[in-house]
Amino acid sequence: MGKLLEVNNLTIHIKTHKGTVQAVRDVSFVLNEQETLAVVGESGSGKSITMKGVMGILPKNGKVVGGNVMFQGEDLVKCSEQKMQQVRGSEIAMIFQDPMTSLNPTMKIGKQIEEMLKEHKKDMSAEARKARVLELLSMVGISNPEARYKQYPHQLSGGMRQRIVIAIALACDPKILIADEPTTALDVTIQAQILDLMKELQKKTKTSIIIITHNLGVVANIADRVAVMYGGKMVETADVTNLFHNPCHEYTRGLLKSIPREESKGESLYAIPGTPPDLMDPPKGCPFAARCEKTMKVCQEFMPDYFDCGSGHRSACWMLDERAKNFRGGESS
Amino acid sequence: MEKRQIKDSLFEKAQVEASEKERIAAPASGMLKDAWLRLKKNKAATVSLFVLIAIILLAIFAPVFSKYSFKDTDYSLVFATPSKEHIFGADQFGRDMWVRTWMGTRISLMIALVAAILDLVVGVIYGAVSALIGGKVDAVMQRIIEILVGIPNLIIVILFLMAFPAGVGTIIAALSITGWVNMARLVRAEILKLKNQEFVLASQVLGTSKKDIIFKDLIPNTVSVIVINVMFTIPSAIFTEAFLSFIGIGLAEPQASLGVLINGGYQVLRTYPHVLVFPAITIVLIMVCFSILGDGLRDALDPQMRK
Amino acid sequence: MLKYTLKRLAYILLTLWIVITCTFFLMKKLPGTPFDPEHFSIMSPQQQEKVLEMYGLNDPVPVQYIKYLKNILRGDFGTSYTYVNQKVTDVIGGRLGPSALIGIQAVLLGLAVGLVLGILAAWRHNTAIDYVTMIIAVLGVSVPNFVAAALLQYYIGLKWGVLPVGFWTNWACSILPSIALSFSPLAQVARFTRTEMLDVLDQDYIVTARAKGISQFKVLTRHAIRNSIIPVITILGPIVVNLMTGSLAVENIYSIPGIGSLFVDCIKANDYPVIMGITVFYAAFYMLVVLLVDLAYSLIDPRIRLAKGKED
Repeated sequence: MGKLLEVNNLTIHIKTHKGTVQAVRDVSFVLNEQETLAVVGESGSGKSITMKGVMGILPKNGKVVGGNVMFQGEDLVKCSEQKMQQVRGSEIAMIFQDPMTSLNPTMKIGKQIEEMLKEHKKDMSAEARKARVLELLSMVGISNPEARYKQYPHQLSGGMRQRIVIAIALACDPKILIADEPTTALDVTIQAQILDLMKELQKKTKTSIIIITHNLGVVANIADRVAVMYGGKMVETADVTNLFHNPCHEYTRGLLKSIPREESKGESLYAIPGTPPDLMDPPKGCPFAARCEKTMKVCQEFMPDYFDCGSGHRSACWMLDERAKNFRGGESS
Repeated sequence: MEKRQIKDSLFEKAQVEASEKERIAAPASGMLKDAWLRLKKNKAATVSLFVLIAIILLAIFAPVFSKYSFKDTDYSLVFATPSKEHIFGADQFGRDMWVRTWMGTRISLMIALVAAILDLVVGVIYGAVSALIGGKVDAVMQRIIEILVGIPNLIIVILFLMAFPAGVGTIIAALSITGWVNMARLVRAEILKLKNQEFVLASQVLGTSKKDIIFKDLIPNTVSVIVINVMFTIPSAIFTEAFLSFIGIGLAEPQASLGVLINGGYQVLRTYPHVLVFPAITIVLIMVCFSILGDGLRDALDPQMRK
Repeated sequence: MLKYTLKRLAYILLTLWIVITCTFFLMKKLPGTPFDPEHFSIMSPQQQEKVLEMYGLNDPVPVQYIKYLKNILRGDFGTSYTYVNQKVTDVIGGRLGPSALIGIQAVLLGLAVGLVLGILAAWRHNTAIDYVTMIIAVLGVSVPNFVAAALLQYYIGLKWGVLPVGFWTNWACSILPSIALSFSPLAQVARFTRTEMLDVLDQDYIVTARAKGISQFKVLTRHAIRNSIIPVITILGPIVVNLMTGSLAVENIYSIPGIGSLFVDCIKANDYPVIMGITVFYAAFYMLVVLLVDLAYSLIDPRIRLAKGKED
């Protein structure tokens, strides 16, 4: 499995009327071929903005101020808008959180899918395009594609619309599919269907997936690897089994503790105390220091380095430093 | 990785203040304070506010502190062009235009203000009653409004003016008779919207009395809608008065509203443009400032826009 | 759809009836007779009787009212007092052309310029073109139409002498009044389109379109513009009201023989039958426009069209 996408030290700032938000700070990660990477974190941790930065579709007030995004030997951050337009959709496609609002309400569904083909497969004939659209519709499990082709988004349910959004994204067989909380806005039963669909399609199309979510159930269901984001920083990356069994960062531990479990029935659910940091004026040390149960003085002063925890598992936590051994021993007993 | 001097001694338990954990990103501020801060940031709106205050002060005090009166004629001064003595010149009867312009502004503003207050009182009561009682009462009240909005306001105002003797009171009444409808619709819609919002439902579930819900939850939250609407009613009232006086069915000489002055100025526009220009600039300035300030207030107050 | 249209038409008829009734009794309450008192008083009682008879003024008021309603149903709004021996419908009909011409020209001009400005302003949000558009929009709604009309007449018509300052002899006469009338629709449309477009540009489906890799220009034309100009239809109602108001002043200023100047003249001359005729005409016209706008909107916007006939 080779590297498909490599993001290095990506830093993104967003200007608001109150000040500049350092939404993404020094984020690095790798996406391998045919793998599913889950990016986990609470709202405002910078997950979506990171991905929009990768796609080059940041809001007008957002700007990549540092780092690079390497894809097929090119730095997407430095690419011209024309080049990016070729990459978007055909190489890297994205699907969004709310299927109710992510389709154009006044354009027929068929047209919205075809638009993708028209743009990236210019030599396709009109008939071939239509055939491809119908094929895509049945591929994502839409019954009666001929009729749906002519319908408008509001005539479909939320789950169906998300299937359409997926069909649009897959129209040109992209190498990478970025899914920004694709199931959050859907009913629980529909969520499972959509996840199953994505898994199934991935097998067929060999696409790599980056799935943004705050739902650890989704992570366990679909992901191969996980990256945890907190306060605009990537704090831990690991294989999914590794992360669930051996979390190294205190924030990840907190997250995992907050999942309701069969064994702990009857006990009150754990919640990480406090609120996330203000990214307009981020703390100079570890972003989680203010809420962590094991905060050391160093955590408040210095941003932790990445420590290797074995088999590609990396975590940015001072607790993993040699010098913290004594402290850890003292605390856990 | 940059070189960092990290002392071993730093690897020990730190004191985290409880308050630090709950540090909220931006300081919470009340809605009105927030709105005021936003408005202050809007330069155009702030400038408009000051220009309006200046115009209001001039309208109140300029006629008082001038040695001329708005109706005293001086035939040696007929159509005098602006000079040190008469800053805005004089009209066809040699009346000082500076005093007449501010007198006209005073009357126009007063008409607009009273009309806006009447609109506000009638509209808010009608809308609130309609929304709060609901059911059949609401249905009937809404049918009445539907019929009223079907008729162009101008027609009602003109017919009303024909039926009653011209004067400031008649104009105010004519403006209010149609103006309240809009306010009533907005207030009703806002209350109905609020009624179904979670925080009101929460109050209900918590057993807050109906009276408290109306006065503590519903009314305060409609204030922004009301304020914004008033900011748009006033210029529209100023316009309508001026318009009616201009086409000759509103106020008439020797009364001096901006409309009357503009009408007088228009008659002699070809020869003495200054008679038209000063009242015209004043009315445009008032309208522009109210319009910008109204927009600014809407942006500042609209809770949907608060991010 | 048909049921809805019929219901709306019924409402319009009800409203018209109320308008007619109110105006009728209001006119009856007004002091004095519509006739020149000097001439009326020197007539013999028989002559007076004959004149009143001719205008149907000697019946008791309720009888006059019933007669008036019956006549209206037959399309007869009575006889004008000032335009001797002319039917109200003919007087109004003869004035329709000029008003319609400048009205339509003003709307078209306002729509064309307003749409372009609004779209450009939103597309280039917070740039010079945006500020210019906002200034135009604010001025357009703030400068009273009669002031704008008077200034246009003075500067372009009189000082530069490029266009006729008034009267109604050839098409050139309609240019200045049309421009003067178009300011307010132009400002309304520009402002509304800008807001609508800014809102649309913020929508998720625009991000989806960008993620498809289509160019900014295509995102704008295919996705943003269409969705932002559909709702502009809804402000045609208020625009028509503005035109009616505007025409009263503008037609007077430019001496155009249209409905607006007729209305003002008749108000000053107490020509009640014509005033009532124009009142009914304005009310009916306005309500029909609003109805047509609603119907057109539901036809053009699929979200509304299909909300009614929703399938499966």
